[in-house]
Amino acid sequence: MSEWNHYVTMKGTNNGIVVYLDDQCSFDFLLKELENKLVNNQTSGATDITIHSQHRYLSEDQRQTLIQLIGQHSELTVKNIESYVLTRESAYELYEHTTVKTVMKTIRSGQVHEVKGDALVIGDVNPGGAVHASGNIFVLGKLRGIAHAGVEGDENCIVAASYMHPNQIRIASKISRAPDYDVQGSPREFAFINPSTEQIELDQLQHIQKIRPKLLDVFERGL
Amino acid sequence: MGESIVITSGKGGVGKTTTTANIGTALALMGQKVCLIDTDIGLRNLDVVLGLENRIIFNLIDVIEGRCKLQSALVKDKRFECLHLLPAAQTSDKNEISPESITQLVDELKPDYDFILIDCPAGIEQGYKNAVAGADKAIVISTPEKSSIRDADRIIGLLEQEELENPPYLIINRIRKHMVDSGDMLSVDEIVSTLSIELLGIILDDEDVIRSSHHGVPVAFQPDTKASISYRNIARRILGEQVPLMSFDEEKGFMTKVKKLLGMK
Repeated sequence: MSEWNHYVTMKGTNNGIVVYLDDQCSFDFLLKELENKLVNNQTSGATDITIHSQHRYLSEDQRQTLIQLIGQHSELTVKNIESYVLTRESAYELYEHTTVKTVMKTIRSGQVHEVKGDALVIGDVNPGGAVHASGNIFVLGKLRGIAHAGVEGDENCIVAASYMHPNQIRIASKISRAPDYDVQGSPREFAFINPSTEQIELDQLQHIQKIRPKLLDVFERGL
Repeated sequence: MGESIVITSGKGGVGKTTTTANIGTALALMGQKVCLIDTDIGLRNLDVVLGLENRIIFNLIDVIEGRCKLQSALVKDKRFECLHLLPAAQTSDKNEISPESITQLVDELKPDYDFILIDCPAGIEQGYKNAVAGADKAIVISTPEKSSIRDADRIIGLLEQEELENPPYLIINRIRKHMVDSGDMLSVDEIVSTLSIELLGIILDDEDVIRSSHHGVPVAFQPDTKASISYRNIARRILGEQVPLMSFDEEKGFMTKVKKLLGMK
């Protein structure tokens, strides 16, 4: 291959090196040129790079091929593969994960209310009852049972309740439980994982903007 | 056409059977035609509380399996013409009947009675499913203990999935005033707020209840005990009357009234 194509462009940005892949040519051209560049340019040092496939949709196989190719010819590691396009499934997944699912009932002992996305409960969660959500949990009533936010591992999720008196609060893989002595519940509180202590903490609801300013930001959540 | 009411609690020993017997008696005292069905097969008690144990010839299982007619299995009460009992079998178990057969049985009884009260066994297994199948309405019994409230909450959740006319009603049994006052027992308000269903009545813990069930005469017969008045009030509420909740306070003696007048207390 003698002619010089511009199918692969590398740019330095604030977030490190981004490799832009042309989205019009065939995937084989991309691979060839990428290989050429890697071999000839002799990129030195081990850095993290981001691959941006622009308007091309990369299948899982193609992603693996890219990662392998880069691994063979350089010490670069692919941190992230970005794209402007999504499959319908992952768009739907994202939609499910970021929308609020409202239920109007009392979650009673023995009942488990499972939700993909944020759970809004209009009613109480009684002792022995549980709410599981992949996103946040908001209870417009008394939370006296178990609330598990971020069941799929999102540690940024919170649990908020008009009246907080839970058996347990779980966020991602962290668990906190009520103390062994009798406690009164408290009105308008929310629970979150404090990144510095890695523990679940409670705070007054009016402090939520300060502690989780990006709570409702769709792009912060699993894109 | 009568209505069928299941009396249930989830937890055992909170007073389902006693309550069934007493509400049945109180309704009968008010001239209603009442049939009580004991669905606690294998552990029947309702007949004992009513003092009708010796009169049983056929039972629920006999009727369902076609060994006798429904009419011949019904035991007439000693005291009332209008109160009948369909006793449970003592030798079978709860898995031998199906919810459908109970529904059929209750439908067969409905034209002849004003009320059909179904005494439910403890637990949430087959026995519970059988008992609930035939019911139009449900009454949940709870005592002010945490464990009992937890189970009542569970049962209410299960009842909400059934096709009942109304959400279940609540009766709180065995309230001890001095313990509520000292903070060692949940108050009526706390229980109602947790379970969030309509309160049908409260019954104070009363030795007369135990005494009368020992003698096989439901306490609702007695004219003046607190428990019997509570049961009668519940019966009146079931018939649609508006009856205020009974106050817990003991009657004040003459001397306390005088002292209060004189400003000494």
